[in-house]
Amino acid sequence: MSVMPDIRIGFVPLLDSAILVSAVEKGFTRQEGLNVILSREPSWSSVRDRLAVGNLDAAHMLAPMPIAANLGLFPLSPTLIAPIAMGLGGNAVTVSNALAQDLAQANAGETLDAGQVGVALQRVVEMRRESGLPPLRFGVVYSFSSHNFELRYWLAACGIDPDTDVEIVVLPPPHMPQALAEGQIDGFCAGEPWNSAAVQRGAGHIATLKAHIWRSSPEKVLGVSQPWAEQNPQALDAVLRALYRAALWCGDAANHMELAHLLSVAVGVEPKLLLAGLSGALHIAQGQRLQVDDFFLTATRAATFPWQSHALWFYSQMVRWCYCRHAPEQVRIARDSYRPDIYRRALRSLGAPLPGANLKVEGALVMPTPVGAANSALVLGPDGFFDGHIFDPDQIEDYMRAQAGDLFRN
Amino acid sequence: MNDAALSILVIDENAIRAQIIEEGLRAAGHERVTVVHEIQGVARIVERIAPDVIVIDLENPNRDMLESMFLLSRSVRRPIAMFVDRSDRASIEAAVEAGVSAYVVDGLRQERVKPIVDMAISRFNAFSRMTQELEAARTALENRKLVDRAKAILMKSRGLSEDDAYRLLRTAAMKQNRKISDIAQSLIMAAGLLEGEP
Repeated sequence: MSVMPDIRIGFVPLLDSAILVSAVEKGFTRQEGLNVILSREPSWSSVRDRLAVGNLDAAHMLAPMPIAANLGLFPLSPTLIAPIAMGLGGNAVTVSNALAQDLAQANAGETLDAGQVGVALQRVVEMRRESGLPPLRFGVVYSFSSHNFELRYWLAACGIDPDTDVEIVVLPPPHMPQALAEGQIDGFCAGEPWNSAAVQRGAGHIATLKAHIWRSSPEKVLGVSQPWAEQNPQALDAVLRALYRAALWCGDAANHMELAHLLSVAVGVEPKLLLAGLSGALHIAQGQRLQVDDFFLTATRAATFPWQSHALWFYSQMVRWCYCRHAPEQVRIARDSYRPDIYRRALRSLGAPLPGANLKVEGALVMPTPVGAANSALVLGPDGFFDGHIFDPDQIEDYMRAQAGDLFRN
Repeated sequence: MNDAALSILVIDENAIRAQIIEEGLRAAGHERVTVVHEIQGVARIVERIAPDVIVIDLENPNRDMLESMFLLSRSVRRPIAMFVDRSDRASIEAAVEAGVSAYVVDGLRQERVKPIVDMAISRFNAFSRMTQELEAARTALENRKLVDRAKAILMKSRGLSEDDAYRLLRTAAMKQNRKISDIAQSLIMAAGLLEGEP
């Protein structure tokens, strides 16, 4: 047996670092003969820079980051691949108490339904404009984040132009509750535990969820330095096996309490704040609970499979909001940033369900549906967007054209 | 525009390090240097002083916010690239090692900017060394205080001279393969516990 190299993997302390942190802490990486050194990073920029200079070999990162890196959209762009995802869902949109009150008056309801809350938000935005009030300001965690793109998608679908009707600013996730309490922002879209933390300190209400805007939607991936991946294929496969086993462990409700304690050290919040996101038993406002069964998934619905259709959807949104220009070559670069081939190569021996396709039509499944997979049975979906629109990766040009033709982008 | 003096913004929550960098820049003849210690309000400052170069601590959690401002600056046509030259790998590695990140307006000639980044790197490194030395000195001082207290306890409880008390500590440390300060700390703690008993 060949000797495995030490592997340095970065992460940002968040609930969705669960798979990576538990892979190391619960010994799944050690069982694979790996010595993984975890490095806690203060920002996504830091993750990217350390990957670029070879300080890190891989990192827990936002799903659009490898695509943005390979398209050269960063000041410093390492070449990255995403051979495994780190779960589905896990975000929410939290608003200030004042905005929550306005939304309630505009009939937002209490189910966090993205469509109903969005209509109410559009009314609030309209009323503020008529009253001469400044536009609402929302925080997101990074420009190239699922948070930014799902928030923009939701706003636009509800008739709110994310660039002119509201202001979107970037803030570090741990600063969100404080910024909301101080009135620097009116709302934010961030991962857990920061929504629950804002509710706990009485700074706001959870208004809607990522899982309601786009069900079974991608959030984080393991971004791997491509040169490292090419030089260390066996170590990479071993990392993927360890992460997959950890994902199953994280998905077992019996382990949630232990996982919450484990993460609380890394994230720096009390375990019960993390337990909310793990169990889906969310406090959406003080004294108000809501059970959401698919809030954050790690083990079911192929939650770790790096769908190239996810990569292409992010690409379509980068073009839509002018982060990059569209070109056929760019589409290929975006798609090939995600590597389902490596996922299959690494996990075949584990008996993991392996989807036969690299891409799927996003929004096609309205209910859990058995699909073709090698190794073992796989149920996918529901995976719909709240507005009922469908993203067919084979028709990406039409999709982008339709979005470019909406009322904002002319 | 190449002849105009460069506008340099230093963002560092560590006021001492920021001062060290600022002094270095001024000594090198740069007069348009602005230093800020917190990120709040930095957007307005960037707008006002239109920096050609921004130097910021790599570990600063607000870098993501700063970079999002550069993306917004698509509209004001001030594209900003990171580091002097993306192809200058050695310089980039040195910067990341030192914990500095530098953002530079696209189109500036490398020979104008490289000295600034190199200076920031060397001053960041000097600051780290200074911090480590300071930390080592502080630890040494604290250890000496511990040993002094442990000696006083031994002198009082066993009627030893100062020299003998020290020798006793040293022998114990050598036997157990531990530091004298560790032995001293254990002794102080044990003495505290014994005194605390009814």
